[in-house]
Amino acid sequence: MKAHLTRCYIFSASHRLHSDEMSAEQNRATYGKCNNPYGHGHNYRVEVTVSGPVDPETGMVCNLVDLDGLVHREILERYDHQNLNLLPEFRQRVPTTENLCITIYEIVKRGFCKAHLEKIRIEETMMNSFEYSGEND
Amino acid sequence: MVYLTRKAEFSASHYYHNPEFSPEQNLRTFGKCNNPNGHGHNYTLEVTVKGAVDPKSGFVIDLKQLKEVMNREVLDALDHRFLNQEVPEFFTKIPTTENLAIAIWQRLLPKLNAASLHRVRVYETPDLFVDVYGEDAQGAA
Repeated sequence: MKAHLTRCYIFSASHRLHSDEMSAEQNRATYGKCNNPYGHGHNYRVEVTVSGPVDPETGMVCNLVDLDGLVHREILERYDHQNLNLLPEFRQRVPTTENLCITIYEIVKRGFCKAHLEKIRIEETMMNSFEYSGEND
Repeated sequence: MVYLTRKAEFSASHYYHNPEFSPEQNLRTFGKCNNPNGHGHNYTLEVTVKGAVDPKSGFVIDLKQLKEVMNREVLDALDHRFLNQEVPEFFTKIPTTENLAIAIWQRLLPKLNAASLHRVRVYETPDLFVDVYGEDAQGAA
């Protein structure tokens, strides 16, 4: 029988929402407080959901040590206590949590082969969250 | 279609061990969870049922009935128990959260007639949970 397993991780980072393709007024109108040139930060809570049949030998969908290792190495070490705008992936793309969600989905999809990646969900604050399940799901 | 979720909590102990593995293999696969003396969690269970709203009662399911089924079929059997030694499903299966969610699904499914079971979610800790869905129950072992 198949099960979905979700593991949560937390990192803290700063960002500024600003698009070079808009005027200063347009940026302020679009992004409001998030356009503050000094940036601001969040504690991001990332939920990684993977699925697959439960291995009869281990009782597991996948070994959490493997998932934790990948997420620590590729996500937390990359983003925790960083300014997202300064990272290569957000030089051209605005580091909204939508774009962060898609980026993290792609990193996990590429790096984790022990179970099927179902979804990445990110809570930017307690009041808003974002989900991405890939283009074809 | 309306989805209704009821939560419950239970506390239980377990350990992970496959008798077909060598001690080294068990330790490598299960780490701290392989300690034969067991360890425990406060589990949170979420049971989601789906159905049409009954025009007479305004209910998808009578919550009292759902609570009684959850208490009888799940909490009475699992709360304050050592899963490996006291719950029959885990005499032969490893009591991971995956297998726990499946066992709870299989306990509830035949007892819920009024609305159909949509999802069983089991939190082992606030940072780790497992979902089992109806569509995945086809050919359930």
